[in-house]
Amino acid sequence: MENFTPASALVGGLLIGGAATLLLWLNGRIAGISNIVNGLLDWKRGDLLWRLLFLSGLVAGAAVFYALFGRAPEARPDFPAWLLGIGGVLVGFGTSLGSGCTSGHGVCGIGRLSARSLVATLIFLVTGIVTTYVVRHVFGVF
Amino acid sequence: MGKYISILVAGLIFGVGLALSGMTHASKVLGFLDVTGNWDPSLLLVLGGAVAVTAVAFRFILRRSSPVLEDKFNLPVARVIDGPLVVGAAIFGIGWGISGYCPGPGIALLAAPAWETWVFIPAVLLGAFLHKAFTSSPGGIVTPPRGVDG
Repeated sequence: MENFTPASALVGGLLIGGAATLLLWLNGRIAGISNIVNGLLDWKRGDLLWRLLFLSGLVAGAAVFYALFGRAPEARPDFPAWLLGIGGVLVGFGTSLGSGCTSGHGVCGIGRLSARSLVATLIFLVTGIVTTYVVRHVFGVF
Repeated sequence: MGKYISILVAGLIFGVGLALSGMTHASKVLGFLDVTGNWDPSLLLVLGGAVAVTAVAFRFILRRSSPVLEDKFNLPVARVIDGPLVVGAAIFGIGWGISGYCPGPGIALLAAPAWETWVFIPAVLLGAFLHKAFTSSPGGIVTPPRGVDG
């Protein structure tokens, strides 16, 4: 547990919850990143700008944090690109089919006391844990 | 104008929160999902902290008839725990467990671009495209139209 970073994790979580609160209070929208991203593909007039603005803000916020405090993530040199690609396709397909991800179901859905979101969150936590075990400890990929 | 500024600001705060939380590091996320390894429970505090805010604040916000800057709330309408929800969440979890990125940290890769950025983000878009293409084409996997949760 020496990698445990409780203070930054908790404050980061409070900021994420605060951002989701602002977006719902001011704009009436759910801060579910998969829906915001996947919805770009629907290419509906009048529905693109807000998505691009939120995502631009997200990227800029992370960039500002790295510029001020460092700790930008570095790409894993030995992680196979094909495996990362498969992971990405599954993330895109699964969040589109299941209508949400960690932010939409986890942060916002549970916050709305949605039974669907609670179930979805428990399911992706379990399949995520099992998959990580298989990838790391059966196939030895880190 | 104001409604666009608020969206940008919400995105900014979200991005700062993600970066501060450490969840933009795939190794950190996988350190949480890898419960049999050198377990790092940080992600639980990220989710717990975020839900502590939304669970309280959303109650008050949703008592309003409309949000502050727009005419109406855009909320999910689905209520039933159905096959697409369960299967989709399971598939997403597998992709998350493989890559170490969920969509938020995936997009945040653009803040410090490297090879993972240019593989992961197009792959996510391809996956979402495949789902949308299947569900709208005759003879494909047909799911009833539903609202979105997030």
